[in-house]
Amino acid sequence: MDLTNEDVMDILALLDSLPYDELDLQTPRFRLTLRRTPDGWTQSLESRSAPNVLDTAPRPAPTPRPAPTPRPAATPRPAATPRPAATPRPAATPRPDAGGIGEVEGAIGVSAGAIEARGGGQDAREGASEVDAKLVAVRAPLPGTFYRAPRPGAAPFVEVGSRVGADTVVGIVETMKLFNSVIAGAAGTVADICLGNAEFADLGATLLRIRAD
Amino acid sequence: MSPIRRVLIANRGEIAVRVIRTCVRLGIETVLAVSEPDADSVPARMADHTIRIGPGGLADTYLSVEAVTGAAVAAGADAIHPGYGFLAENPRLAQACEAAGIVFIGPSAEVLEAAGNKLAARAHAVAAGLPVLPGGPADPADAGVLAGRLGYPVLVKAVGGGGGRGLRVVRDAGDLEEAVTVASAEAQAAFGDPRVYLERYVSPARHVEVQLLGDGQNVIHLGDRDCSVQRRYQKLVEEAPAPLLGETLRVSMRVAAVALGLHLKYQGLGTVEFLVDTQRAAFWFLELNARIQVEHPVTEAVTGLDLVAEQIAIAEGRGLQLSQASVSFRGHAIECRINAEDPTDGFRPSPGTVTSAVFPAGPGIRVDTHIQAGSAVPPQYDSLLAKLVVSGADRTQALARLRSALARCQVGGVATSLPMLSSIVDDAEWGAGGVDTGYLGRWLAHWLGWGGAGGTGAGGGAGGTGAGGGVGG
Repeated sequence: MDLTNEDVMDILALLDSLPYDELDLQTPRFRLTLRRTPDGWTQSLESRSAPNVLDTAPRPAPTPRPAPTPRPAATPRPAATPRPAATPRPAATPRPDAGGIGEVEGAIGVSAGAIEARGGGQDAREGASEVDAKLVAVRAPLPGTFYRAPRPGAAPFVEVGSRVGADTVVGIVETMKLFNSVIAGAAGTVADICLGNAEFADLGATLLRIRAD
Repeated sequence: MSPIRRVLIANRGEIAVRVIRTCVRLGIETVLAVSEPDADSVPARMADHTIRIGPGGLADTYLSVEAVTGAAVAAGADAIHPGYGFLAENPRLAQACEAAGIVFIGPSAEVLEAAGNKLAARAHAVAAGLPVLPGGPADPADAGVLAGRLGYPVLVKAVGGGGGRGLRVVRDAGDLEEAVTVASAEAQAAFGDPRVYLERYVSPARHVEVQLLGDGQNVIHLGDRDCSVQRRYQKLVEEAPAPLLGETLRVSMRVAAVALGLHLKYQGLGTVEFLVDTQRAAFWFLELNARIQVEHPVTEAVTGLDLVAEQIAIAEGRGLQLSQASVSFRGHAIECRINAEDPTDGFRPSPGTVTSAVFPAGPGIRVDTHIQAGSAVPPQYDSLLAKLVVSGADRTQALARLRSALARCQVGGVATSLPMLSSIVDDAEWGAGGVDTGYLGRWLAHWLGWGGAGGTGAGGGAGGTGAGGGVGG
């Protein structure tokens, strides 16, 4: 995509005087589509060249991160970036619509904006019945980095065996620089923690499970 | 004087694209440092080379001084452009560059330290004769005395950094001790520095900033920008020049900014942020941002300059290429930030894959973006997708162009702030110009139908006193 805004303007100036409403210019390096609309011209510019990776890299090319445990089955995920699995997942399929979220100003001490995850717990209550009627999965409301503690070096929010209420904060998922606190969603005891601190959680990934009262 | 031939760009997203464009024009070879999720990004395709700096973890990639300088050395780069955010204002990167014999395209480590410590920056501002808000350092035990002297409400701010983190408005003496404690914990988590300070809280106020360019000896200004349309201290709409400011106030602010630049022997591109009470024609120093800012294109549009090229010229030791008299201002420019977030759902972040990206084209329109159909919007990074910048002979023409340009923007696959932006530019209060930092919160409450759309916490933006910039505002 070596076309500059000035290049596009020059092409538009030519096109403006012609009776065409669309230009679709394709080369091995780029594709430029210009369209005439009632409001004026639109552009879509796509780079088609492949990145030219420098071979004097200071470290070997990244290899897939070792997954601590194999994941039973591939699950659909909306995130674009393919990532190796980091956690085992229960059979229940994660639901992309899992999280209705709302914000609570200053609910946790690490962020400009905290979002409280309400949906995870509710969703988990439905999904858990397949595994264990009392085992409730707490899922990631958004894809992001899972943190077990409010800040580096601090004690984790919960450990296996911790008593939690439905509104107890059990972790944080950071997505696009927003820190979303994740709540238990059910009262009970933390049965297991499925993802390590600072590991990546896909949307709907099980972060931990709670044995409900 | 040493010409830069190969530059390592230690950033991603639209600013990486932006820097590459200028380098191409100047005949400078580009090497883009990429994390694994960014390996196939648009800037990775545009750069002459990419160099991988590790998997997705921020601390090991774009925030790692070692990874970035290591990549620059391995790539044989003679300079690093840090963009904004990430390591742009980290004195350790400037020092590491110096140790490795690499040019850091930015101010000196000393200036970065002075700007990064907000209390030090405040002291420099005072020394340079700039007005600052009454305030000073505070800890939970003695904050009450100072706050009582300042008068409530007061603002608790972090010494270690901006972006809204560690920032709290306290309206009542009873809430002060807890606010200072919590702000201090936030500041420790965000910046590794628990120190906080208090300042008198001014509302309503506007956020106006002055663009500086210096070579260590001479410092000039490149005009002002208004960035009052903010939510939670994140800027969403910016314009140049600041509308309805009054010439006396405008000139005073520009003179003050240059005085601070001269005092610091400023070298490079920087921005002095001010809080402005237009009714009382008063302004106060907020902070100094020692980097290129997200909103720099509005300044480029009204000055005709390429600020990245100016940064490079300074870094090459060529000195200021411009005199103050040679900088002229023409017309009006407005920038809208198109973010991958859903304003109707509490600004919920919307990572994913872009399925279509159509932008306007035509006179007075510039789009800075790193997305195209098929682009990944990884959840690890901030949500900025594109900046739509329009300019016109005056604000009226710029506004008309902006409305028509926004109507032609279409981004598929992820939720965006476009619907909100289209509505703001139709709002009469914003259209009149000169809104305060509380405007967006009030407007959002109205736009969303208060209580609807998942409770947006819109009030969070209200009274935003310009901690400034977040992702590099």
